[in-house]
Amino acid sequence: MRVLLSLLLVLIAGSAWAAGPLTYQLKPMQIAPDTYVFEGTREHFTRGNGGNILNPGFIVTDDGVLVIQTGPSRRFGEEMRAAIRTVTDKPIRKVFIGNLHPDYWLGNQAFADVPIAALPGTIEGIRAEGKGMTENMYRLVGDWMRGTEPVVPTEAVYGSTVVFGSHRLRLIPLEGHTAADLAIFDETTGVLFAGGVVFSDRTPTTPHADIPKWLAELDALEPLDITVLVPNHGRIRTDKAAIAQTRDWLTWLDRTLRERMEAGADVAELLDQPIPDRFGSLGVLREEYQRSVSHLWPKIEQAALPRVN
Amino acid sequence: MLRLLTAATITAALSGPALAQATDPADPLASVMWDALRPELFGKAPIVFDDRVTVTAPANAEDATAVPVLADASALGVVEEMVLISDLNPFPVILRYHPVAAKPVVGTRIRVQQATPVRVAARTPDGVWHIGGRLVDAAGGGCTAPPVTYAARDWADHVGEVQARAWPPAGDDKTARVRFRVRHPMDNGLIAGIPAYFIETLSLRDSDGAELARLDVLEPVSENPVFTLDVKPGAASRALKLVGRDTQGGEIEAAIPLPWTQGALP
Repeated sequence: MRVLLSLLLVLIAGSAWAAGPLTYQLKPMQIAPDTYVFEGTREHFTRGNGGNILNPGFIVTDDGVLVIQTGPSRRFGEEMRAAIRTVTDKPIRKVFIGNLHPDYWLGNQAFADVPIAALPGTIEGIRAEGKGMTENMYRLVGDWMRGTEPVVPTEAVYGSTVVFGSHRLRLIPLEGHTAADLAIFDETTGVLFAGGVVFSDRTPTTPHADIPKWLAELDALEPLDITVLVPNHGRIRTDKAAIAQTRDWLTWLDRTLRERMEAGADVAELLDQPIPDRFGSLGVLREEYQRSVSHLWPKIEQAALPRVN
Repeated sequence: MLRLLTAATITAALSGPALAQATDPADPLASVMWDALRPELFGKAPIVFDDRVTVTAPANAEDATAVPVLADASALGVVEEMVLISDLNPFPVILRYHPVAAKPVVGTRIRVQQATPVRVAARTPDGVWHIGGRLVDAAGGGCTAPPVTYAARDWADHVGEVQARAWPPAGDDKTARVRFRVRHPMDNGLIAGIPAYFIETLSLRDSDGAELARLDVLEPVSENPVFTLDVKPGAASRALKLVGRDTQGGEIEAAIPLPWTQGALP
């Protein structure tokens, strides 16, 4: 019994001690003139990755630094700010937040001294759901979240073109992945920060999704003259393949759920549904698919069951 | 994973030989509640943990107020009764299912208050309970989340509304799939100021009145519950009847059309 207990203690303590102090080891990667990204994993939130599953970025302009997304925790935001400092000593001018999902904005505490901009729908969503999302992140990634508290964005932005230094940015308000998705297209460099609208070799997430509207969002981004596409989740690309991949996945997902509903399947029978090989390169495939079934099925089912009394 | 293993090891080490009934097989899910639930639910009846009895559910509950669960004991042949159990819920028993003229298969959605084993026990005519199940991880809180129903001012006008559909048999066993959804808040009594108020029985009958399947529903079943059953209608049947009652005496009644004639099937 004693041997067993000591073995357990070693097992429990070992992983924590071996890791040392938690750090995201953020390294800015230049993807275009003045433009940098911190590339995250293509995983789900885990205690191993601390929630680093996103590609936040920054643009260094003569008017100061523009930050796009602040990451999943206070620690992430602080490390991000320190890493930006290694590239430039220009002040942070403004932060843009792409949507209400927690990994986009929970680093806001580190940028509380500058304007934090988001679409009105995103601000509303964070006000309503931010606290619950923050609590859930503590549950999912644990100690990485220490000291993190929700900070609601401070400035509402709308569809517009804004100029900072030599960079002309098109702020594109969209709706579908969530009720308010902000894509940012830098007309000067051709870099598109697509936020949650485009996923790249990472399975799209759907907790706030409306699939037909999301497909329309992809149509809206497709014609842009993109040199580098930065999805918030997944591989950064110099072509538009990720737009096609996201469209392919959403179309397959929606059609499969509807077809199985028409055939009489129970929602639980959808969980182990075979997924075509062409989606094999998508990160967190089965888990994210199962989450999507849970998000999308109830609406499809309600529409397919006629009233009988 | 490490945590699960650790919990399992500790549970096994502490409760293993001392507490379990001498003749009982060890609980493969190593649940801390099992030793209490076993006598409460099954008395002295024999139990076996049987891989032929399955629960299909997600490993992680995305929505703790509506976790899909499909229990299937059809590999056992004739089953007289099925009990769905969520060990660590405040009310562990989800429902009892009597597949009178139906396959021993039942699907629904449940609330979970925390990560829990979800099991089904199926009683065969020899009186043995065959038990299978799986662990469902969850953020929890599903049993104490306020019902969405009351957000609509006219909710009371819609209680008891039924949406349903039947699908013709596809397999050799000639069972027809039936899915129905009943509008009901399904209050479990765990939310301050809202007394228990939920559907307690649902009976699916053939057009001649013969009972095909009966559900005794309990607290963990989700708001606006949805059920999937596989029943065997009579040869001339053109519609099934759903009859039910909630804990305040509210009646549920609906006719579910069969868009085929059972007797005309090949």
